[in-house]
Amino acid sequence: MSALRIVWSGFRTNLKMLGTSSFFLLTSTVQPVIFATVAFYMFRSGGRSGTLLYAALGAGMMGVWSTTLFGSGGMIQWQRWQGTLEIGVASPPSLALVYLPFSLANAFTGMYALAATLVWGRLVFGVPLHFVHPWLFLLALPATVVSLGLMGLVLASTFVLYRYANAMSNLLEYPVWIASGLIFSTSILPGWTRPVSWVLPPYWGILALRHAALGGGVWGPLAAVLGLGLASIVVSFFTFRWFEHLSRARATLALT
Amino acid sequence: MNSLRVFFVGGLISYRALFGWLTPAVYIPALILTPIFQILLFAYIGRAAGSQGDEFYVIGNAIQYASVPCIFVMSQTIADERFFQTLGPILISPAHRVPLFLGRALPVIVNALFVAAFALFAGGLILSITFSATSWLRLVPVLAVAMFSCTGLGLITGAIGLRIRETAVLSNVLVGLLLIFCGANVALASLPHWMAEIGRALPLTHAIAAARAVTNGGTLGQVQGLLGKEAALGIVYTVAGFGLIRFMERQSRLHATLERV
Repeated sequence: MSALRIVWSGFRTNLKMLGTSSFFLLTSTVQPVIFATVAFYMFRSGGRSGTLLYAALGAGMMGVWSTTLFGSGGMIQWQRWQGTLEIGVASPPSLALVYLPFSLANAFTGMYALAATLVWGRLVFGVPLHFVHPWLFLLALPATVVSLGLMGLVLASTFVLYRYANAMSNLLEYPVWIASGLIFSTSILPGWTRPVSWVLPPYWGILALRHAALGGGVWGPLAAVLGLGLASIVVSFFTFRWFEHLSRARATLALT
Repeated sequence: MNSLRVFFVGGLISYRALFGWLTPAVYIPALILTPIFQILLFAYIGRAAGSQGDEFYVIGNAIQYASVPCIFVMSQTIADERFFQTLGPILISPAHRVPLFLGRALPVIVNALFVAAFALFAGGLILSITFSATSWLRLVPVLAVAMFSCTGLGLITGAIGLRIRETAVLSNVLVGLLLIFCGANVALASLPHWMAEIGRALPLTHAIAAARAVTNGGTLGQVQGLLGKEAALGIVYTVAGFGLIRFMERQSRLHATLERV
């Protein structure tokens, strides 16, 4: 019961904090719309306008990943700047549990991105929003978002040690967009990148959403994205414990 | 002589101060590796969309990404003075404002030139595109003019940074708009007319077109019209940015808002 209370109150608090950050709102709404616009024009100029919904979903997922990433990198860094990281570490609950609701709130905010690109695509480019499996889409969306949030938790745990977490999170944005094939099929990538794609929740998440929207098997990718989410939560509990110990031993917790 | 010292030494010191936060741990991921991944992303989208060849995206994105150092670093160079509360001492000094602020732009231009050139080289290498030595020689002045005009836009955001807090948000939006409008990934001919016209009034658009022309065997003489337009835009943005800085400075003194962060 106490764990649920921590998750719920942390989720609400972080959601309110993120709502006041113009940078975060920009990342979650304006940036995906910019990428969606570029992608729409690229597909149109290539004579493949029929793939605009495909592009809208991909650009939205790019936004979900960006908010997860910046949120994960930022949450440790912001706590450092505000001097509250030590308080979180010193509190009795496990550090992973303290930061789990923050990650979930980050990913939840990322859903604004998907909503923004779909609405933008519909209003400006006339993208038809006819989903083949609408109910499965509604199931796949929260599953993907939660799974990405849990992956963000693993990333955040490494950022406890790393002073330049924001720079690291910047670096991870494009490679994951590429390896997950958010706007194109991963079949056009070099073969050696396949195993990298398979361990990324955004890869399975976009497959689930794409198949729910455009047709195809949803349950397989959905199971994979949920499985990776569960694996992320287990890994994060270990990494948080390990990196927390290291940062205390090296006295690097408060380094800004 | 004093103005020259303010221009070169002041600019250099300001740029070194920037490295207080722009350490290699930040510089390499943000300005060396990320532009390469941006090139790869759009090259693969381009392949999926069947719109243009890889070279189109390598050139477009290498130059467009240089807007990040031009706009972010330039605005940060000015806005950070306010954040660290050193703006007052600078503005109190009798130094002439032109060398004072334009001196800060010179290292930004040189840095952006390096960022664009490295992205062109590395992006080209990964996607098996080689530029001849002649192309490289012709690209250098094209890139220099592009970085100059884009730094002019950065000067405007820096000036706005004297009044607003969220310069990072503003810079991000501008970089995103350049991505759409400057022809980096979508040829101007494929954009609606009004968007293409906006693109022609923005920095980088003409330089990207010129860079594509010289790598396809064009000479500098053949692209002098494009370079002239890019340079003219650079002058307009720089003068506007400088004028805005003077205006903001006067307003800040008038309303006592100089160091309100």
